[in-house]
Amino acid sequence: MSALLQVRGLSHNYGQRIGCQDVSFDLHPGELLCIVGESGSGKSTLLKTAAAQLTASSGSVRYHQRDGAWLDLDELSEADRRRLAREEWGFVTQNPRDGLRLNVSAGANVAERLMALGMRNYGQLREIARGWLERVEIDPSRIDDPPTAFSGGMQQRLQIARTLVTQPRLVFMDEPTAGLDVSVQARILDLLRRLVNELGLAAVMVTHDLAVARLLAARTMVMQGGRVVETGLTDQILDDPQHPYTQLLVSSVLTT
Amino acid sequence: MTSNYNFAFLDENTKRMLRRALLKAVAIPGYQVPFGSREMPLPYGWGTGGIQLTAALLGPDDVLKVIDQGADDTTNAVNIRRFFARVAGVATTERTIEASVIQTRHRIPETPLREDQILVFQVPEPEPLRTLEPREAETRTLHALADYGLMHVKLYEDIAQYGHIATSYDYPVLVDGRFLTSPSPIPKFDNPKLDHSPALMLFGAGREKRLYAIPPYTRVESLAFEDHPFEIQRWEHQCELCGADESYLDEVVVDDLGSRMFVCSDTDYCGQRRAEQAA
Repeated sequence: MSALLQVRGLSHNYGQRIGCQDVSFDLHPGELLCIVGESGSGKSTLLKTAAAQLTASSGSVRYHQRDGAWLDLDELSEADRRRLAREEWGFVTQNPRDGLRLNVSAGANVAERLMALGMRNYGQLREIARGWLERVEIDPSRIDDPPTAFSGGMQQRLQIARTLVTQPRLVFMDEPTAGLDVSVQARILDLLRRLVNELGLAAVMVTHDLAVARLLAARTMVMQGGRVVETGLTDQILDDPQHPYTQLLVSSVLTT
Repeated sequence: MTSNYNFAFLDENTKRMLRRALLKAVAIPGYQVPFGSREMPLPYGWGTGGIQLTAALLGPDDVLKVIDQGADDTTNAVNIRRFFARVAGVATTERTIEASVIQTRHRIPETPLREDQILVFQVPEPEPLRTLEPREAETRTLHALADYGLMHVKLYEDIAQYGHIATSYDYPVLVDGRFLTSPSPIPKFDNPKLDHSPALMLFGAGREKRLYAIPPYTRVESLAFEDHPFEIQRWEHQCELCGADESYLDEVVVDDLGSRMFVCSDTDYCGQRRAEQAA
């Protein structure tokens, strides 16, 4: 089976400082890859560079489009980049307030990407928005409420609905459950696992929480100081860590 | 004409700059062209953009009409008309059919315009996406890519909250199937008059330093949803002065008891109709 996303020797520097350096991986359709590491280890930089939100200092990212052609993200025009981000990709931010449009209703938030794709039937848009609110366990009667009236967990679920409504093939997630309390976190993770399976999405998820990786991801990459120090099957990494840093991470998980 | 002023107030180099920008605007219908807006002897918000455009257009043989909310006798209209009578010495009129240049705020005359007429709009905010997207760099990118899904978010929000598209003025239009454009704060009642208009329509925003144009006979489409089509305002009343039932009506409070009457907002149209009825 051919890969969906091919990252080769990817680096991004912030001036003199290293964001991420020489990262390579393949992501296959339907696969969920977790990137773990402590804060400042370059996880989010890697995610944003792979999603073409930051320009790579060196290295390449190639994406296998729906029509079968390979797209080199370096050579992508702004128009194509936006089309890709709108039609085939999704991006879920850590803070839902960054990913949502706060001054319009929940329904408009979910329907925005559909309207950007040219859907112009109000009744249909509303029907789809209702369906998605239900799927992410938000009461559909709250469709006309502004996101500011929602709790943090609901906002995050709304952001997930807004991102997945156009059925993207590839979703980038930047710590979607950080900053939420444990019970809410568990529900969102459960929801994500269900949706990823139902829709057959491929996803790259950044997290600092090893439990999240264990629950969701088939494969995990461990980062330290901008470099990938270990990569492999999640269970293998968590049960038999090879790199000293991974061993430290695994042993520092709180167990009760 | 006061001899201390150059004809029509602005110096000739400024007029040339404005005319070049106007030519570009006409060549790209609906595209906002930046221009070097000058200080005018009126405050921003009084129509400095429109005045600069009018000044660049006027020749000694032109006949100027200025309306504000459809009326020729409101403060803004009277002042701008007197200003040009003084600094350009051009003939002025209140009659739509006699005018060659009409500067307007908030209305398009009811009387159909002709090919030899130019309508100049005063525009406070030329960017239709501004309320949804505050970043100028981003709105310009959206225009460049014709990425206008955002505008429908606003219309969606209207229907979700009010059950219908409640935007009643400055209703967004797509010019020539390409550029999303603000028609300036005219009521959406006037939007159909923009479509395939025989007259050239020019828009000037003095504070925002942008001008744009809708050339004659250009397709202008008001945005809407398939199941919530574009509609104009309707009244259950007729004009109480001239009996018109197809013009845009103002509701005027006439005493302290809350009595009110509906009259045409276009004073010239109303007056002409009454003169015909009297004859």
